[in-house]
Amino acid sequence: MSDALLAAELLAAAPARLGGIWLRGQGAERDAVLAFLTEEFSDRPLRRLPVHIDEERLCGGIDVASSLSAGRRIEQAGLLQEVAGGLLVVPMAERLSGMVAGRIAQAMDAGAGFALVLIDDGGEEEVPPVSLTERMAFWCDFEGDREKAPSPPPSVFPSEVEGPRANGSAHVPRLRSGQAEVGSAVGMEDRQTLANITLALGIDSARAMLFAQSALSLSAQIDERDTVTDDDIQFVARTVLGPRATRIPQQAEDQPPPPPEGEDEPPPGDSDGDQEPHDPDQLDDLILAAVLASIPKDVLARIGEGRPARRSTGAGGAGRKRASQLRGRPLGARPGLPRGGARLALIDTLRAAVPWQEIRRQQEGMDAPKRLRIRKGDLRIHRFEDRAEALTIFAVDASGSSALARLAEAKGAVELMLAQSYVKRAQVALIAFRGTSADLLLPPTRSLTRAKKVLGELPGGGGTPLALGLSAASELAETQAARGRTPFVAVLTDGKGNIDKNGQPGRAQAGEDALAAARRFAQSGTQAVVIDISARPQPEAAAIAAAMRARYLALPRADARGVERAVSALQFGKNA
Amino acid sequence: MPFPFSAIVGQDEMKRALLISAVDPRIGGVMVFGDRGTGKSTAARALSALLPPMLAIAGCRYNCAPEEADRCPDKCAEKRGAKTAKVPVPFVDLPLGATEDRVLGALDLERALGRGEKAFEPGLLAKAHRGYLYIDEINLLEDHLVDLLLDVAASGENLVEREGLSVRHPARFVLIGSGNPEEGELRPQLLDRFGLSVEVKTPQDIEQRIEIMRRCDALERNGAAFAADWAEADAKIVKRLAKGKKALPGVAMPESTLTDAATLCMAVGADGLRGELTLMRAARAFAALEGAKSAERKHLRAVAPMALRHRLRRDVLDETGSTVRIDRALAELFG
Repeated sequence: MSDALLAAELLAAAPARLGGIWLRGQGAERDAVLAFLTEEFSDRPLRRLPVHIDEERLCGGIDVASSLSAGRRIEQAGLLQEVAGGLLVVPMAERLSGMVAGRIAQAMDAGAGFALVLIDDGGEEEVPPVSLTERMAFWCDFEGDREKAPSPPPSVFPSEVEGPRANGSAHVPRLRSGQAEVGSAVGMEDRQTLANITLALGIDSARAMLFAQSALSLSAQIDERDTVTDDDIQFVARTVLGPRATRIPQQAEDQPPPPPEGEDEPPPGDSDGDQEPHDPDQLDDLILAAVLASIPKDVLARIGEGRPARRSTGAGGAGRKRASQLRGRPLGARPGLPRGGARLALIDTLRAAVPWQEIRRQQEGMDAPKRLRIRKGDLRIHRFEDRAEALTIFAVDASGSSALARLAEAKGAVELMLAQSYVKRAQVALIAFRGTSADLLLPPTRSLTRAKKVLGELPGGGGTPLALGLSAASELAETQAARGRTPFVAVLTDGKGNIDKNGQPGRAQAGEDALAAARRFAQSGTQAVVIDISARPQPEAAAIAAAMRARYLALPRADARGVERAVSALQFGKNA
Repeated sequence: MPFPFSAIVGQDEMKRALLISAVDPRIGGVMVFGDRGTGKSTAARALSALLPPMLAIAGCRYNCAPEEADRCPDKCAEKRGAKTAKVPVPFVDLPLGATEDRVLGALDLERALGRGEKAFEPGLLAKAHRGYLYIDEINLLEDHLVDLLLDVAASGENLVEREGLSVRHPARFVLIGSGNPEEGELRPQLLDRFGLSVEVKTPQDIEQRIEIMRRCDALERNGAAFAADWAEADAKIVKRLAKGKKALPGVAMPESTLTDAATLCMAVGADGLRGELTLMRAARAFAALEGAKSAERKHLRAVAPMALRHRLRRDVLDETGSTVRIDRALAELFG
């Protein structure tokens, strides 16, 4: 049986204890897991949660429309109450807003007793809110590299679907009623192993550890065993612990873990004198191998770059635009229902209702009670003008031709901007282009701590793929603008591209591509500035700026503060 | 079933900060920095469950204490058959997407529309009165809400002037905020208004990790037996808290401790008077908790990091952490 199916089977046996399963990526295996869970929960509540559900529907409350027409209070139960003891399926979980996620997490903490299935179609940029993934035991990734996984090849699936269902009816009720013996199979040694693995992988959440323990005991129980075997531990390592790794065990031996100076936690040995149990060599080789095999490649890549494993990109973009009903400069009222956080404009509602009172009373008959008659159409809600959050995107030329010192100044400028960002309600992102690629090193953030971590490792040297850098910047600016932010791009370069858009060297082609990219940038209408950082200002950078319809600034001797001041003046001087 | 406070493995600084704030709520809230799954909310919940039930007017929507019932907007004490009752100390978990209406309270829609009455429906602040208001991921909360919460927490009163309502009700609670600075930072002005701050991390020690698993397993297997096992230890803490509360006004604050506090704040560059004041109050509360007659240097030392670490002026280009700077200053000044 595949890992994901076994995980689903355990989840059906103890939904509340395991929290849920995160299914990332698409494919036949994912569909098999979903089909299995749907079948298993056929006699329990099962609900699908639309991403843009409003608060009333989610948590329950007064049903305004029917209360009004009935003239008495009518309550509706929320989805979270309806699904108690069952399964809550969230399609497109990567688009879930922080608000909805927060409510779900709260319900889970309060013991609502449901399990969560996050269906996440994958993609680099977006992940489901961490507040939810943190609260679920199993993380299953169906994206890409199957060959590394020790699970059977996908061709076995049709029969696999039958497998758990056929004997599932025998297993599941036994486990469901057998809750009192929870954990009886997990012994001291198994706990020691789990503690070792979590330490070696740098997993700091106690929840992960506790989920691992529950999954371990359930995995033994489902096979009617009293003791835990290596297979159980490997299964748990693959599905619960491996995907949460923040460091690679072997590297802890040869060299200090990649995370840069300062903020990161010390290697485990530092916290106490008791070195031995931390030694990864103590772990059973088989288990370690299973753990390593289970770590998805993108997690490995991130660890290698010193970035933390999958972080949410923030509070989620979906909620941003609706915020305009909540705060900001009042704009007057408009018709609408006071839900989803919009506030009722009482005076305007009454004003809308008053002219109709006489007619409505007559409609109801002469002996109708004396009361105000307000219909759904009278309701007005407040509107506010909310200034979009500003985002400064630095696109930094990190090539050999731009002196390395320039890079340090760009980093300093980013940090200084971030130090101010809270005051200005702004975020900062950083794209570096060098060699044959442009990378988003710092996704939009307000966190100085996170920025410092990433910037500490910013590499330099190599060719100048200016075209790629400009495309990356305009792409990011456009996606962020679509989320209601106002981007501003600051390009730090000498304007001398020598790598074309396909990553091939060649000054002439590279120059043409850069100009083409700059013209495409101009079409997006994003505000920008090109800061020429070469020792002697060159015509190339000015040409790029002209093609981008951006401001051009030569700052041959600017330090971090100079760059920050220049960018702030241009960005906020215009927008503020 | 809440996890017993005394059964929480490690996290001594967080537990100490929570106890200090329980002895002297005037110190202000506690800000807990740390990654997810480090037992922040478990500890806060456990503390509120630990505290003995409080006396309140039965059925009052504002948790009024009998002696302050005259300030209640509902006039709860004057209602027919008003009785007092023991109610558990409230613990309110503020959701991330909470609206201003939910927090402050708002016009009661049903009564306004159905009967044309102007009535106030109390919000979460009223619910948290005399207890704890816990905000997970406070760094992701809308700024204006954080402002509002800190303002109410400082004044002890919620004043609503909107939608034609004018309501004033007592709202005294200990604010516990938590968040991971990597996911977004809190404005320094707001940080400064938290009394204490602590940094938590899951223990990096293997024995402690095993102990966490063992205890959670025991709780899952038999909650009642587990609670009974820890009841005695919990009762000891309750006793210590009660004693500390009683002793607090009598704890002396010698001149030498005041000088120490002032010197330390100067040395680390903690901005403003609030740091000094909190440092003194926390030292005194800690001394009361320890059963000491006066607040000495050792008490000051023990609370200095949690009282000051979030108030140091940050130099963007200097990497040294606040805790390290305070420890260094402590070692230099007091040896």
